[in-house]
Amino acid sequence: MYSADINKIIPFSSVDGPGNRTAIFLQGCNFNCKYCHNPETRNLCINCMDCVPVCPAAALSDKDGKVIFAAEKCIACDNCIKVCKHGATPRIVRMTSKETFEKICENVPFIRGVTFSGGECTLYPDFMREVFVLCKQIGLGTMIDSNGSIDFKNFSDLLEVCDGVMLDIKAYDYNEHIKVTDVGNDIVLKNAKYLAGMGKLFEVRTVVVPELFDFRKTVDNVSKELAPFLKISNIRYKIISYRKNGVRKEYRDYKSPTNEEMNEAREIAIKNGFSDIVLI
Amino acid sequence: MRDISLDRVNEIRESMLETVKSPSLTHEQKVATMANHADSLLEVLDLPKGLDELLNADIDSQCICDLFEGHAPLRPRYIIPDYAKFMREGSKFLQLDPPKDLYEALNSLLIFYRHVPSVTNFPVYVGQLDELLDPFVQDMDRDLAKKMIKLFFVNMDRTILDSFSHANIGPKDTLAGRIILEVEAELEQAVPNITLKYDPDVTSDEFALTAINTALHSAKPSFANHKMFSSELGEKYVIASCYNGLLLGGGSYTLSRMILGNIAKRAKDIEDFKTNTLPYMMDIMARYMDERIKFEVEESGFFENNFLAKEGFIKRERFSAMFGLVGLAEAVNILLEKEGIEGRYGHSDIADKLAVEIMDIIDDFNKHHFNKYCEGTHGHFLLHAQVGIASDVKVSPGTRIPIGEEPENLIDHLKHCAKFHKYFPSGTGDIFPIDLTVHKNHEYVLDIIKGAMKENIRYLSFYSSDSDVIRITGYLVKRSEIDKLEKGESVLQDTTALGMGAKHNGKILERKVR
Repeated sequence: MYSADINKIIPFSSVDGPGNRTAIFLQGCNFNCKYCHNPETRNLCINCMDCVPVCPAAALSDKDGKVIFAAEKCIACDNCIKVCKHGATPRIVRMTSKETFEKICENVPFIRGVTFSGGECTLYPDFMREVFVLCKQIGLGTMIDSNGSIDFKNFSDLLEVCDGVMLDIKAYDYNEHIKVTDVGNDIVLKNAKYLAGMGKLFEVRTVVVPELFDFRKTVDNVSKELAPFLKISNIRYKIISYRKNGVRKEYRDYKSPTNEEMNEAREIAIKNGFSDIVLI
Repeated sequence: MRDISLDRVNEIRESMLETVKSPSLTHEQKVATMANHADSLLEVLDLPKGLDELLNADIDSQCICDLFEGHAPLRPRYIIPDYAKFMREGSKFLQLDPPKDLYEALNSLLIFYRHVPSVTNFPVYVGQLDELLDPFVQDMDRDLAKKMIKLFFVNMDRTILDSFSHANIGPKDTLAGRIILEVEAELEQAVPNITLKYDPDVTSDEFALTAINTALHSAKPSFANHKMFSSELGEKYVIASCYNGLLLGGGSYTLSRMILGNIAKRAKDIEDFKTNTLPYMMDIMARYMDERIKFEVEESGFFENNFLAKEGFIKRERFSAMFGLVGLAEAVNILLEKEGIEGRYGHSDIADKLAVEIMDIIDDFNKHHFNKYCEGTHGHFLLHAQVGIASDVKVSPGTRIPIGEEPENLIDHLKHCAKFHKYFPSGTGDIFPIDLTVHKNHEYVLDIIKGAMKENIRYLSFYSSDSDVIRITGYLVKRSEIDKLEKGESVLQDTTALGMGAKHNGKILERKVR
């Protein structure tokens, strides 16, 4: 049985796919997005102990050089995250697929499904597959929220038990994508078409940061490229306005897009044939 | 009729003069208040011994409350006319033939509403409007139908000056139902309250999603568990006033409530509460209600003389009465404190287990109390989780978790509701303000409703956290109207004053946003 480092489980989420879903955030990410609003989900804890003394609730302790987290004492003040220099958090719980499934079951019958997010959840493909198999047995929907960095073509057994993927396309241009994330986007774009071709691209998402990359070009190219697949299955384009909340200090100076810019992005997608567009 | 002291007469005369001179009451509100003052001079009921000290006390010690029903009830508290019969047959007394088109139907209903009494003097039930209007909108221009229905709803909001009036729609998806939901999303007004009778096997998702959209604009409709209500009250039930399940063509003679927190204060410990204090209160309140019912049925003449009864729009034997309670949360917390046991209502198994035991005792009492005039509900009253009144301080509605203490996760809140909703066929409900982002995901709300119905949750209300129309406890008020009243300006609807009281005393603007 596989297990994963779990950052957070939100029992009811209205923003992680269709309907009401339990959203599970897995720890660790292979991108370094400048505007990441939960940068503490990027790396695993290296047990530097910086966070232990700043915890006012004594939820953290040093045991044989390892940070031990007592979840029941945590008051969610986020002091540990604020002090961490490594883009990590000590508030991680390692859970097996069965334990995770049991946690999900507590929210039945109020949810229609479960969504894995992160961090980058596809760093744990076998774990997710095991959870999804269990979810399918009781009729729950299964979604993945991914940065598209693993080649989905090589994970057909995961896709078999996954209803759909919500894929971030942070920028269409290769170099701009590197500027935003430190990583290229050839696999991301390949995945977009691959998933759309099999009717499993539920949603594409772009965070609009006008000063960081040419959002018009990205929305234009993404919607143009994916438009032919709309006849296979609807694809939602979620266009997200950059907000400062949670962003690292050094990247916090970007301006949020104006309403006009957001509407412009919407119009571009509509012009290229998209109809299901959500601005957030 | 018993005599009263001259001191009391003079006290009431003072209050009457105050009412006459009031700068903030409208004319209608003054007339209604004057009638209540006049009623308070009467002493005709044979009151149970011991009631007086429980009833006539301050809010921090009052144990039984009769919710302003007056001393000599001249009509039942809640009246539920069979409007479908009126549509089919018209009314001799009102000199109206059965309506032949939408013009006549809407006009007839507005006339009828003017003649439906209640404790507030306004109709607490205005009909299953989708079914009543659907035949008339089929073969006409949709835009015209919508405009007419819109004007009809504006008329209600400006003439039924009390948001305890309630319309029903559903569970079937109808054209008239859709038009009503569209109109109400646009109008964003407080009157009437609306309930969608929801049955996942009958109500289409599309219709339910339209209703959710309307709810996020105007805090209505609420969602009633149709399967649950109809299994208890039969198919011919309605939701009236705040959220009260009652029989169509009948109603409720009376509603009194026990203030459980104050009752708990009088008990030595949990055992004393269960075996002495609570049973004593239940007995007195039930006998008080019996007495009110007896007067209404045997002496008031209402059922012999009012046209509603004479023409068969209501039937005396379809009436029941509502045995109400508030402050289960406070009672449990007080009792645990007395025992030195840790735990708070809504947050610990011990507290919730005690709460369930208390409810079982009340339920059992009601099942063994018999009133011969409640034939429609097998000779028993119906339990009712009362929503509180404006002057309540530290009294949580019915079985609700106090505002400010709601569980962090909505799932835990809902699971708590599921333990208590089953006890209350004549109404209970929980209210959830919803974050703005949900405007983009109505299916999120639908999933919660579907799950709730499966878990035997009876009644749910949602409103958007930024909405002007908000649900106070069971009724609706516009925040902008409360603002006016706070500045001393008069406002159209009497419920605005109740909303203002609840804002200050009941912290209703501080509910946890979901």
